Amino acid sequence: MLIPCPHCGPREVSEFTYIGDATKVRPAPDASADAWSDFVHARRNPRGRHAEHWQHTAGCRAIVRVTRDTVTHAVYGASLAGPWGEGEAR
Amino acid sequence: MRFSAAALVRGALTGNRDWPRQWRAAAPKPTYDAIIVGGGGHGLATAYYLAKEHGLTDIAVVEKGWIGGGNVGRNTTIVRSNYRLPQNAAFYELSMKLWEGLSRDLNYNVMFSQRGVLNLAHTPAQLDAYAARGNAMRFEGIDAELLDRDAVTAMVPHLDTSPSARFPIVGGLLQPRAGTARHDAVAWGYARGADRLGVDIVENAEVTGFLREGDRIVGVATSRGEIRAPKVGVAVAGSTSQVMALAGLDDLPIESHVLQAFVSEPLKPIIDTVVTLGAGHLYISQSDKGGLVFGGDIDGYNSYAQRGNLPIVRDVAALATAMFPNISRVRLLRQWGGIMDMSMDGSPIITKGPIDGLYLNAGWCYGGFKATPASGFCFAHTIARDTPHPQNAAFTLDRFRTGRVIDEAGTGPVPQLH
Ligand SMILES: Cc1cc2nc3c(=O)[nH]c(=O)nc-3n(C[C@H](O)[C@H](O)[C@H](O)COP(=O)(O)OP(=O)(O)OC[C@H]3O[C@@H](n4cnc5c(N)ncnc54)[C@H](O)[C@@H]3O)c2cc1C
Ligand SMILES: [Zn+2]
Repeated sequence: MLIPCPHCGPREVSEFTYIGDATKVRPAPDASADAWSDFVHARRNPRGRHAEHWQHTAGCRAIVRVTRDTVTHAVYGASLAGPWGEGEAR
Repeated sequence: MRFSAAALVRGALTGNRDWPRQWRAAAPKPTYDAIIVGGGGHGLATAYYLAKEHGLTDIAVVEKGWIGGGNVGRNTTIVRSNYRLPQNAAFYELSMKLWEGLSRDLNYNVMFSQRGVLNLAHTPAQLDAYAARGNAMRFEGIDAELLDRDAVTAMVPHLDTSPSARFPIVGGLLQPRAGTARHDAVAWGYARGADRLGVDIVENAEVTGFLREGDRIVGVATSRGEIRAPKVGVAVAGSTSQVMALAGLDDLPIESHVLQAFVSEPLKPIIDTVVTLGAGHLYISQSDKGGLVFGGDIDGYNSYAQRGNLPIVRDVAALATAMFPNISRVRLLRQWGGIMDMSMDGSPIITKGPIDGLYLNAGWCYGGFKATPASGFCFAHTIARDTPHPQNAAFTLDRFRTGRVIDEAGTGPVPQLH
């Protein structure tokens, strides 16, 4: 599996550390316990296309938002996470 | 037919041509008293104990593939109850006791071999932690022995216990009653046992939806037609999120990850126990055919591919040869993967609901083989009585919301770390 890091180009998966599901949005600090439990524990766990965060720990150390297929392991693309990335800021 | 010494002799004298099928190829009936979705070890054991312990024999096990094709036939077969948290210790020790009588109970040799499981310690602090765990186990009535380096060397002579080892060994925690079992035989033995009590084992039937009446689940839609029952138990391991989403529950505390296993070419006996590394993650034993059976970490990202990637192959090979330098030129024979239902706290879920008529058994991470007997036993109890057995009362779905998580590894809600 190669992940195309926006800074470093395509790099081997073992250079990255998996963070997890990128669709989870951190609730407001005063959100309900249920909202927090949902953020921490509940996962769609899709079979197929999955948006996920990886950190390029053995490279530029950026956190990257990757779209990948969980059945074929095909990587569709990657952008920087947060306000620097394309698409929604997360 | 029953297996016995006489039956073996008869089989040998007739060229082993007359052994019957071990379970019927059942076609689904329109209705049952209960349906179990998933014909892995846990589903089959559940059906067996429903029939044996609760007299519920009008049951179907609905399996999308063939018996033994899932994780029950893909694991590294380690059976142990060396847990520290009381909920886990009591549950896995119940399982151990069931393992100890299983071949006799099923009249089927599951080749349960209590060859011991030895966890290696590499620092004095780690040995202290093992001593604490061993003491906690002994309080629960579970066997545990703390070994020093000399005792480890005597027990596993091919292990590199020298001070110059890549991960120097200071001792270990041994559970003598732990060991291995033949995984396929466990699936076949439970399938045969359930079938003999009247359970229909329906293979090649994929569950594609749930039937509802009002707020209740009243059956399943399958690729072989609709089947109705007032109680439907789901035990589909790595497919849990997919199957439960069919019932509208698409936010379970579970991620699916791939775990690989490896078998080497056959060797003369060199390891007669199960050894696990305490620096990094590797567990190794030797099968009766002589192959070294080993595995390590999960690949570490969501996956439904029943195959893994090369970085883990490299890691596992490096760790195995660091432990046993004399196997560095041994060739790998086979390697494969299975999909783990990794829960957010590393512990399982065996519970009624959350919808009436539906029961859930999931979250086995990569330790569900050893749980097979107790999982079936407790899930059967939960389904038959609509209330949990004392040994699975803590394994609720609700615990994540209420904060009563059972985090044996202490790593937090990060599935790839459990
Ligand atoms: C490589 C590897 C090594 C492991 N090592 C160990 C070990 O050493 N010790 C240990 O204790 N555990 C180990 N495990 C974990 C253990 O194998 C699993 O936790 C356990 O087998 C899961 O329960 P099961 O047997 O019921 O699963 P499975 O055998 O996977 O059964 C689930 C069944 O559900 C079926 N199914 C899925 N979707 C549907 C559907 N829609 N309709 C109908 N049927 C469906 C599947 O086809 C499958 O047969 C390991 C696992 C792997 C992959
Ligand atoms: Zn980078």
